[in-house]
Amino acid sequence: MSRIATTFERLAGQGRKALIPYFTAGDQGPALTVPLMRRLVAAGADLIELGVPFSDPAAEGPVIQMACERALEHDVSLRDVLAMVADFRREDDETPVILMGYLNPVEVMGYEAFARAASEAGVDGVLIVDMPPEEAEEALAALRAEGLDLIFLAAPTSTDERLERIGRASSGFVYYVSLKGVTGSAALDVASVADKLAQVRRHVEIPVGVGFGIKDAASAAAIAEVADAVVVGSAIVQRIADNAGDEQAIFDAVGGLVAEMRAAMDNNR
Amino acid sequence: MSIANADAPQVWAELPDERGHFGPYGGKFIAETLMEPVEELQRAYAHFKNDPDFQAEFDRDLAHYVGRPSPLYFAERWSRELGGARIYLKREDLNHTGAHKINNTIGQALLARRMGKTRIIAETGAGQHGVASATVAARLGLECVVYMGEEDIQRQAPNVYRMKLLGAEVVSVTSGSRTLKDALNEAMRDWVTNIDNTFYIIGTVAGPHPYPEMVRDFQAIIGREARQQSLEQTGQLPDALVACIGGGSNAIGLFYPFLDDEQVALYGVEAAGEGLDTGRHAAPLCAGTPGVLHGNRTYLMEDENGQIIPTHSISAGLDYPGVGPEHAWLKDTGRANYVAVTDSEAMEGFHALIRTEGIIPALESSHALAYAMKLAPTMRGDQVLVVNLSGRGDKDINTVARLEGIDL
Repeated sequence: MSRIATTFERLAGQGRKALIPYFTAGDQGPALTVPLMRRLVAAGADLIELGVPFSDPAAEGPVIQMACERALEHDVSLRDVLAMVADFRREDDETPVILMGYLNPVEVMGYEAFARAASEAGVDGVLIVDMPPEEAEEALAALRAEGLDLIFLAAPTSTDERLERIGRASSGFVYYVSLKGVTGSAALDVASVADKLAQVRRHVEIPVGVGFGIKDAASAAAIAEVADAVVVGSAIVQRIADNAGDEQAIFDAVGGLVAEMRAAMDNNR
Repeated sequence: MSIANADAPQVWAELPDERGHFGPYGGKFIAETLMEPVEELQRAYAHFKNDPDFQAEFDRDLAHYVGRPSPLYFAERWSRELGGARIYLKREDLNHTGAHKINNTIGQALLARRMGKTRIIAETGAGQHGVASATVAARLGLECVVYMGEEDIQRQAPNVYRMKLLGAEVVSVTSGSRTLKDALNEAMRDWVTNIDNTFYIIGTVAGPHPYPEMVRDFQAIIGREARQQSLEQTGQLPDALVACIGGGSNAIGLFYPFLDDEQVALYGVEAAGEGLDTGRHAAPLCAGTPGVLHGNRTYLMEDENGQIIPTHSISAGLDYPGVGPEHAWLKDTGRANYVAVTDSEAMEGFHALIRTEGIIPALESSHALAYAMKLAPTMRGDQVLVVNLSGRGDKDINTVARLEGIDL
């Protein structure tokens, strides 16, 4: 069983929900990434979603756009990100790592070469924002051959027909985008998320995580009531940016946020 | 990439396929939130393109608002000077708003209205597509927001003011390289946030399916007219067609109705900027590699890690790292030839046309003119060369003056 499935199974057994922090690999320089991943795990992260920087992140709000630009100033490439995951794996063989990014760096590397390298590095899942199931046939074959999960997005606009297709194509979990908008948007409406999740679950048998617009312990706890996993990205990346230049301050701010979210989610049980 | 045979005979009228693919290119590479809105657009376009009422309204607007048909003009003095083919100019510069862009914005705005959308958004580089979008928005009473890179806002100030006069809000894009590609990113971010009431008018034959097909169909009026005009005025089909390529909408508009006429040679002219060997250019077909950006697979200017690299051209309208997917397939199949001319060659084309014909061309179109200057002398005097004069140069006089050290 994959690390992702094992993790969700263990959490389900404990009656807990998964907390999945995101940040962009290479932000503030490549040396920060692996220590920050370890800090996130220590603070209560169950899975880690590592952003692969891209020059044209069209689905991101300004916070993650700027993180991509900062990482690219350090020339952080997809290969560099894979090396960071391999480094992380030397001390952590349990926490699932998901790469989230855009298709072009993968396309240029080649699907099979990427799948092989990602598997060797210890990546567990891949979420490619601009690759819907319709365009994913070859990527799916390549990733599955290496035992990697391909995680697709579901959205408020997804119809039953689309949700069925997404459910068929996904493994690991499905990532439900909580709102119409880019990452870091403000308007999270828990009731409408709950309604839509009921529809999503009619077509999707694997766990469903929710992201976009989750900013603090309260919104994390509210989403944990209705979802199997809570993804938090811009709120973390903003704290990284706010404490730029001071590694310890970044660890404290990000670790503190994740720990608060963890506590709020677990207290809700 | 899926296997598609570039050597096999192509049935051009059947492309793209139902998934929006031209061989391995095109497609729908967008985030899930946009998939259903794009499919809604696809259904609407599939319906209205065969709807006689819609087509009649589109044709009426092209005739009475845009001023079509645009002339096919024999540039006699210029042809004589170059000494070779007879050169004819397809005068898209005479359209309302001064370029071919309006053909497409009329089509998409009529579609937006029929789909019940009340707000349109657009990206623009040189400002021509932004002006054409603001124009149709004013005419149809739609709210209009135009995204434009901060750098382009500075170099195209007259068009920014035109858009504002027309009632559009012009949003300065400060992310990434602050040019056309970043304006496209920002427009997509607006679209995903406001999909309920917003129609995104993409200005070129790129983006997710059905945009490359739809924009091509709206621009194909250029080639249909040119084909008929050539037969009437010269008694023959042209021997060669030349058009500049940024995203490639004026070029595909001219080429498309001739794709089955194998004897008609097609030349798409990219911006070589300071030279293809300098890396400072905007010529993905001549010097790029395939990848995925802005919703489609196509040739891109990218580095070995798949990051999009900065482009350069004297002409803001060609300053884009991608190109329409149909051009990518026309290149691979060998049906069209793609070449590039430098900034300074384009300036020679610009001045040559002014001096011999009294026409001030856009800097974008000047790239096509510059290539025609190379091609025409290699052709016989009984051969016909059609150049798409895609826009007029009024918007560029500040740029040209500055390059020539003149303070206006």
